[in-house]
Amino acid sequence: MSVGLGAYLTVAAILFTIGILGIFINRKNVIVILMSIELILLAVNINFVAFSAFLGDLAGQVFALFILTVAAAEAAIGLAILVVYFRNRGTIAVEDINLMKG
Amino acid sequence: MNLAMQNIDLLMPEFIMAGGGLALLMLGVFLGDSAQRIVSNLAILVMLATIGCIAIHSSDGSLSVFSGAFQVDDFGRFVKVLSLLSAALVLVISQNYIEQKGMGRFEFPVLVIFAVLGMMLMISASNFLTLYMGLELQSLSLYVLASFNRDNLRSTEAGLKYFVLGALSSGMLLYGISLIYGFAGSTGFAEVAAATEGGLSLGLVFGLVFLIAGLAFKISAVPFHMWTPDVYEGAPTPITAFFAGAPKVAALALFVRTMISAFPGASEEWVQIIVFVAILSMVLGAVAAIGQNNIKRLMAYSSIGHMGFALVGLAAGTEAGIQGVLIYLAIYVATTIGVFVCILAMRRGGEMVENISDLAGLARSRPGFAFALAMLMFSLAGIPPVAGFFAKFYVFLAAIEAGLYPLAVIGVLASVVGAYYYLRIVKIIYFDEPAPALEPKMEARLAVVLCLSLAFTLGFIAVASPLVVSAEAAAYSLFP
Repeated sequence: MSVGLGAYLTVAAILFTIGILGIFINRKNVIVILMSIELILLAVNINFVAFSAFLGDLAGQVFALFILTVAAAEAAIGLAILVVYFRNRGTIAVEDINLMKG
Repeated sequence: MNLAMQNIDLLMPEFIMAGGGLALLMLGVFLGDSAQRIVSNLAILVMLATIGCIAIHSSDGSLSVFSGAFQVDDFGRFVKVLSLLSAALVLVISQNYIEQKGMGRFEFPVLVIFAVLGMMLMISASNFLTLYMGLELQSLSLYVLASFNRDNLRSTEAGLKYFVLGALSSGMLLYGISLIYGFAGSTGFAEVAAATEGGLSLGLVFGLVFLIAGLAFKISAVPFHMWTPDVYEGAPTPITAFFAGAPKVAALALFVRTMISAFPGASEEWVQIIVFVAILSMVLGAVAAIGQNNIKRLMAYSSIGHMGFALVGLAAGTEAGIQGVLIYLAIYVATTIGVFVCILAMRRGGEMVENISDLAGLARSRPGFAFALAMLMFSLAGIPPVAGFFAKFYVFLAAIEAGLYPLAVIGVLASVVGAYYYLRIVKIIYFDEPAPALEPKMEARLAVVLCLSLAFTLGFIAVASPLVVSAEAAAYSLFP
């Protein structure tokens, strides 16, 4: 028995939703937000690879590789910004990021 | 093979930017931070060279490179020149500020170059892969720029907020692209356009909604605007000036090209969403700015409103509408850079001041400065005969021709409400009890840029026709 496209899309949709919820519900730590962002990007990758296999078209897998690369760069920049923020503020709790209201 | 080489030639502006950015990075590393001024001036030269290269090729027509992934046309050339000019002016006005604030590091102009390179890729993207790579090159540079004053809590907080929300929006955009890829079978705009000709399947509707959400975030349209005021307030002022100009222009151009080239058959669906987003942006931009005291925060709400007005032209979806968007962007960029020069010149006792009340009675101590700021405010409010009026005129005209009467009426009402807070600044400048005077001298660099911006704003009627004609050619190049 093979796993159909629908199953892959469902898993990806669930991961994507968990990622979004992780950003909005999380009130504790910015690191969790960075992890949620990675989760979102990985959900997208599952989508791309599943569609690529289903369509028999390589473009989706190429796209997935590009996303992996960009995600690495994005995580590096995110952590760097987090480090300079921590140096100034002394905490990375989400509820303390409130100097400017908005 | 020969043909391929010939096509590579079309990428010359991007090659100049990329090569220039890498060379300046090397130069900066070898010479150290003392070379900041040299690197910055060379970066301006690189941008001017790129504009020259685009101008030389201005009669090439529409051509595509990399199997249709990269489209070179009049639309792209118009918006690229606009972004490059706005970025170059930002480098001009930021020089003294970043030296005084102890941010004189050579990475600043290099990051601006790479951000603009990303924008140029976005503007020409006609494949979702190019779109994503350009967008990320631009966004990653902008996150770093927002937190460039790394010893300042506000600046780093702005960078952190921008990063988190920007990454979230990229995620949504990508999820949309993945659905579009799956249900249309390709990532090329032309192929997607062919697949969506007869209407959208459910999967494509979801993909389109996520895509628009991600793009709306990048142009800070309501309901995806929440990062804008904080980032504008927290980022160093010249960088806020940069954020308000080039990235908005490039992202809106990307938005226009994606909708027009990839979803021409589904215009009924996306026009509804754009109308909704445009109305919300115009109304929120007008209402929420009223209570602001910080002028950078006010400019953030102002830019949200202006993006709403520009989207009115896209909602029309016609050649006239796109022409309106391009004219709007050109005038918006020219006016905004002038306002930010004024904000940069607001200093008292060597410190920057950012509150609107600091401008009180400015007309008595600095009549010239006060006049310039008042005229720029008139332009942002859209009062004739200054430039801002014509910007709104073209987009509303296109909306009415397309039969979008409710949108046009709400837009005009929102611009009346918005005029209140622009005129309030004029009133504070001219009629309020004077606050302690600002520093009397304006740097030569700032004065030159302010004069250029003011001349464009006041003399728009005189220079209008070349701009309108090239915007028209650009708009027509987008429609096959």
